Amino acid sequence: MLYRESGQFKTSYKADMAIFPIRQDLWGLITTLIVAVVIVPLFASEHMIVGYLLPFMIWSIAAIGLNILTGYAGQLSLGHGAFMAVGAYSAYNLAVRIPDLPLLAVFIGAGLIAAACGVVVGSPSLRIKGFYLAVATLAAQFFSEWVFATFPWFVGGAASMVIDTPKMSLFGYPIESNLDNYFLVLGFVIVTTLLAKNLVRSEIGRAWMAVRDMDVAAEVIGIRPLYTKLSAFAVSSFFAGIAGALYAFCYVKSVDFTAFDLFVSLKVLFMIIIGGMGSILGCFLGAAFIVILPILLNVAAHHLTGGNVSPELITNIEHMTFGGLIVYFLIVEPHGLARMWTTAKEKLRLWPFPH
Amino acid sequence: MNVSDPILELENISLSFGAVHALADVSFSIYPGEVLAIIGPNGAGKTTMLNVINGVYHPSEGKINYKGQARARMRPHQTAVQGIARTFQNVALFKGMNTVDNIMTGRNLKMNTNILLQALYWGPAQREEAVHREAVEKVIDFLEIEAVRKTVVGRLPFGLQKRVELGRALAAEPEILLLDEPMAGMNLEEKEDMCRFVLDVNEEFGTTIVLIEHDMSVVMDISDRVVVLDYGRKISEGTPDEVRGDQRVIDAYLGVAH
Ligand SMILES: Nc1ncnc2c1ncn2[C@@H]1O[C@H](COP(=O)(O)OP(=O)(O)OP(=O)(O)O)[C@@H](O)[C@H]1O
Ligand SMILES: [Mg+2]
Repeated sequence: MLYRESGQFKTSYKADMAIFPIRQDLWGLITTLIVAVVIVPLFASEHMIVGYLLPFMIWSIAAIGLNILTGYAGQLSLGHGAFMAVGAYSAYNLAVRIPDLPLLAVFIGAGLIAAACGVVVGSPSLRIKGFYLAVATLAAQFFSEWVFATFPWFVGGAASMVIDTPKMSLFGYPIESNLDNYFLVLGFVIVTTLLAKNLVRSEIGRAWMAVRDMDVAAEVIGIRPLYTKLSAFAVSSFFAGIAGALYAFCYVKSVDFTAFDLFVSLKVLFMIIIGGMGSILGCFLGAAFIVILPILLNVAAHHLTGGNVSPELITNIEHMTFGGLIVYFLIVEPHGLARMWTTAKEKLRLWPFPH
Repeated sequence: MNVSDPILELENISLSFGAVHALADVSFSIYPGEVLAIIGPNGAGKTTMLNVINGVYHPSEGKINYKGQARARMRPHQTAVQGIARTFQNVALFKGMNTVDNIMTGRNLKMNTNILLQALYWGPAQREEAVHREAVEKVIDFLEIEAVRKTVVGRLPFGLQKRVELGRALAAEPEILLLDEPMAGMNLEEKEDMCRFVLDVNEEFGTTIVLIEHDMSVVMDISDRVVVLDYGRKISEGTPDEVRGDQRVIDAYLGVAH
């Protein structure tokens, strides 16, 4: 099937405003959903699910959160890991301290608490911008690391400061197997993606981008700077909180104060830089890239050296590769993989007769 | 309110940047429905005046009355609520967004579904989008920019960017429209188009227009009244013909030593 807009005439603004205005994009999405819901459960190995798909999906949610704040609203944050941590710890405490709270309420509650923290951290954003705001979010990162490493209250008094997450059940159905966890996370991925897509094509999304592109002009046309920035912080941290809670409950199955350090914040930032600032698709591309690249490097290293290569060396190569890629994308393609993909699609749209 | 009462009065406005007196004791009024031109040599304080009117800068001295009432110190988004919109001397579009979305931002004050409904894109949120999209399409038709509707504005030529920026301001349906050199950098044809748009807006919607312009023939053609600034001071005010004959204005433009 050719990737074409032609022949798909839009007869109303509503149709033109649809979430996926080009039919082929919609089909691509439906195919992906079928793969995720039918093919993966039937054919994917446990290793595939736990090793790759779960982290990929959870990082995608985290990346969507950061992309809303940084890619759409233009507010650089180095504290995304802190909001993930708040989400994880909030979910744990909600689940343990309020035993009857339904699972969905636990996750949504965790997201809301993270959102509230996001608003607090974002509140200086009216006064400070760019580099200085980044430093303020960095302070939030260090503060959260210190709090969760210091006060055992957050892990129910456990002296080790690390604790297993409680058992989960959804509408009476226990979430135990890897596949159960997979479906739970998949549900959150679908919902967060839809919410994010809707927000960025709505009034608030345009306000975010307006503040990002030209803040004086945005204010002059009536966009309230503080509300706009704080709403971006809130939504971003909400998604981060959900991602953090899912990470703890569905992936590592424990709440651990070392899990959400500065490197996590940087990692999510890398994802949106590589995947594409200001693109929801880019969040998935970036997350996939970050999950897959180490595996590829590992395989390549083993092939090249015949298996006798130290894990430390591979880790170093990984860091260097990421560093190089970040520089490459920042300089050559600031809009990331998502832009490469759109460019390819544009070429395809005109193919085989460019101009 | 009487028809001939000013919509905005500027009384003894002064504003300095360090040693530069960008505005010094400037007073004039803006009347509903008129096209008022502010002219003057480079650095005369014209842009600064617009910035004072819509709250980007706050005068160090002086008073602003809006519809007969003293106006408190206001942020730009508050003056926008009062019905003041503007364009900028150096186009200030949202570069990463397309034409439709740029102009849609002009409707933001008229859109009031909450963020939750927007996230669900449901019911009122969706209806509101459609209603305002229709209003935006009217602006797009009016400015004859249908062809670049979906183009990211950063890729548009300068002349079209200026038009989109006018569109964004018009979408807000302002009472007072401030235009900072809307025709700068345009060729003759583009200038004529722009003049036509400005006059049409003024006539069709009764929008009050305050316009900064260097091209004297444009000023003479389209403005009802002219205020002349020089080195931050108002040196003349009147109809285009009166101002043209004013010796102080002639001196200012010829660069007579002060
Ligand atoms: N933010 C600012 N900081 C410092 N000085 C400023 C600032 N804005 C304007 N000025 C100074 O105030 C004076 C008036 O500037 P303004 O931009 O209002 O002039 P203008 O009449 O619009 O000139 P032009 O025709 O070149 O646009 C100039 O000397 C300018 O350098
Ligand atoms: Mg100027």
